[in-house]
Amino acid sequence: MASTAAPTRGATRPRGRESAPPAWLVVAGGLVALLGILPVVYLLILAGGNAETAASLVLRDRTLGVLGRTLLLAATVTTASVLIGVPMAWLTARSDLPGRRWWTILAILPLVVPSYVGGYAVVAAFGPRGALQSLLEPFGVQRLPELYGFPGAALALTLFSYPYVVLSVRGALLRLDPAYEEVSRSLGRGPWRTFLDVTLPQLRPAITAGALLVALYSLADFGAVSLLQFDSFTRAIYVQYRASFDPTLAAVLALMLVACTAGVLLAESRLRGRGRYHRSGPGASRPGRRIRLGAWRWAALAFCAAIVGLAVVVPAGTILFWLSRGLAAGEPFSLVVEPAVNSIIASGLAALLAVIASIPVAVLAVRHRGIFGALVERATYAGFALPGIVIGLAFVFVAAQYLPFIYQTLPLLLVAYLVRFAPEAVGVTRASLLQVSPRIEEVARTLGRRPSAVLREVTLPIIRPGLVAGGALVFLTAMKELPTTILLAPTGFDTLAVRIWSTTSEGFFARAAAPALLMLLVAALSLGFVLRGDRDR
Amino acid sequence: MLVPVLAACGAQPGTTDATNPSDPITVYSGRSEELVGPLLEQFSDATGIEVEARYGDTAEMANLILTEGENSPADVFFAQDAGALGAVAERGLLAELPSELLGRVDERFRSPDGDWVGVSGRARVVVYNTDRLEASDLPDSIFGFTDPEWSGRIGWAPTNGSFQAFVTALRVLEGEDRAREWLEGIEANDPNVYEGNTPALDAVIAGEVDVAFINHYYLMQRLAEDPDASAANHFLTDGDPGALVNVAGAGVLATSEQVDAAERFIEYALSETAQSYFAEETKEYPLVGGVEPAAELPPLAEIGTPEIDLSDLSDLEGTLELLQEVGIL
Repeated sequence: MASTAAPTRGATRPRGRESAPPAWLVVAGGLVALLGILPVVYLLILAGGNAETAASLVLRDRTLGVLGRTLLLAATVTTASVLIGVPMAWLTARSDLPGRRWWTILAILPLVVPSYVGGYAVVAAFGPRGALQSLLEPFGVQRLPELYGFPGAALALTLFSYPYVVLSVRGALLRLDPAYEEVSRSLGRGPWRTFLDVTLPQLRPAITAGALLVALYSLADFGAVSLLQFDSFTRAIYVQYRASFDPTLAAVLALMLVACTAGVLLAESRLRGRGRYHRSGPGASRPGRRIRLGAWRWAALAFCAAIVGLAVVVPAGTILFWLSRGLAAGEPFSLVVEPAVNSIIASGLAALLAVIASIPVAVLAVRHRGIFGALVERATYAGFALPGIVIGLAFVFVAAQYLPFIYQTLPLLLVAYLVRFAPEAVGVTRASLLQVSPRIEEVARTLGRRPSAVLREVTLPIIRPGLVAGGALVFLTAMKELPTTILLAPTGFDTLAVRIWSTTSEGFFARAAAPALLMLLVAALSLGFVLRGDRDR
Repeated sequence: MLVPVLAACGAQPGTTDATNPSDPITVYSGRSEELVGPLLEQFSDATGIEVEARYGDTAEMANLILTEGENSPADVFFAQDAGALGAVAERGLLAELPSELLGRVDERFRSPDGDWVGVSGRARVVVYNTDRLEASDLPDSIFGFTDPEWSGRIGWAPTNGSFQAFVTALRVLEGEDRAREWLEGIEANDPNVYEGNTPALDAVIAGEVDVAFINHYYLMQRLAEDPDASAANHFLTDGDPGALVNVAGAGVLATSEQVDAAERFIEYALSETAQSYFAEETKEYPLVGGVEPAAELPPLAEIGTPEIDLSDLSDLEGTLELLQEVGIL
């Protein structure tokens, strides 16, 4: 049981009797939540106008079948991502793995690979007649086993979403108080038992936060599933938009996705537990000791190399192959400075906005555990599980009709990014805040500080690494975001993601290489910058 | 580099009279910048009319216009297929074009109501792997591929708009039953399903499948990048539905305040310069008389494209239902 993992000596305050949140917090959190459910309201209005067709579409066997398979895919991808992400996070954060700083960057980098590029790369490498098959051809392998469908979609989605778990769990491990592990060891438990009985339960909020993002990402993704020929629910939504130009039916399907999100959130709130994860005794936590891997080092290195090989080297190799093939045929290699600058500005501002928005939401959810805080936190997740085209068109609808002065401006694009990606920051901020003892804040209060000053001067500095990690997540994913960018960016505002898509969609792969490589480079540099401040000895 | 950001943030000091010819026009382009960007620049150079272009997927741009409705800032919709233009026109969002412009293009390739006009043609072809097949191994009709000898050798992209337009043509030309028969026949041959034309072409080149049903110009672009790619186009003949020619076309938004400039854009797209651009750069078929297609392509007359008006292809709903009934979508 997680709630007993962290010593709960002197259960001082009965649960459920939390202080009422200050007004400014309610207003700020409520605003973020309202933005989050705006697309859902738009969908309800659309679907409500055609209730009869809506009902028949929902109950169609095919719709339900597709939904079932999509949920199974999400469950598979989530499980696989946790199995990859948790060891990866532990190795890079707590062991003496050689080159762990580099492994950290490489392990998180796949997050920036756009799913349509990742999808192409997986097919090019592991397709029935892909690169792996041509390597094996001398041994008589004419065709690889079927990749298309469920296995390929699960593989691609896992490879490009497991970093959510790494980033979230790694942060928690770095903040973990080693005292509990030391007590466990001194009481005679071995390193494995200590990890399973003491460390792992304390990681529960971080693991579920990461897993939640993976699950919702799998529900919303379109690029990878369509390239790998998996008939997912998002694809069904796209078919409505693309083939019948019917936003009503698409809205009905999207609302079913919202319902699934609610289900996933419910499951997550069961799993995350209601335990306390901060020190309750006196004293301050200190950085944990690195654990020597010894001979296990080689196994650990092989594991990291295998994952990074699949998730980073395969896509990067595919891009380089496109580039070399194009250069050989006389295609020029042209730099793409303006789209890169636009990408960095838009994603950077989106990250900043999302981190700021995540603070009131997380404080409400962790410190004022009422129903309001819970609702506000969950509402922010609505946007993450919806395909980008749904969010994009919702904002087009609202802004084109009612707010023409911000329509097709950068601020509106940033708001849409916020709705789409705020949960990434909310999850990490919330997990960080759980590890901060409210006692520290209480002490500041008794010394006469107002709650807002306590937040600013005490709490935020402590959870700063978590805020930075959340910002990094938003930055990387906003950079690859395509549908909302296409629909809402100022006319002529070209980003790297748009450039990569517009070239690959027409089959100009060589021209996609420069922006794609640049995107990986920007991501790697920004990760290096973000991670430099981590405790590392 | 910040200029586009700032300009787009609403600071548009130059906005004066709506009919001022120097005002930029806004083009929503469902055709990618790679394909038509240079053409838009040439238009600005030739006419002095600035173009602000928003690029995206054709279906997404159509949905964008449908969602914006009366408030669309777009002046021109430049689309990759007739279906998307039809969907926007059906909602009354396109203005009627002058008959002088419409008259430049064969009736088959424009809207019967005169609210959009085709500017370049794209033929359906069977692309095949040249290591595994000779042109003479391929049937003359698209129905030939329902033969069991093609089992496991076919690639297609049922979610793709061009493919669906072809199925609609099949229904119109051959009747509902024959269309269903064809779909079931191909489905029985266990085809590989691809996301679009490009992945299907990739699969043919890799030898994952032997043939795929796609549009003709994808291979041309690939050969420019990778001259050794082992694939060739097979054009079906004698009015076979498999040789359907669809169009990329354009229309002027009914809400445009710059109708004159927008129409000049369409006029330019139908000019000899632009038509030659399509022939040589995008390898599409020019639709205005007097401009020849690229040398490596058979002329439209020689293919013998099926006798069908693109406006007859409006029943996409029926096609989607059929595809779903047969279990393909």
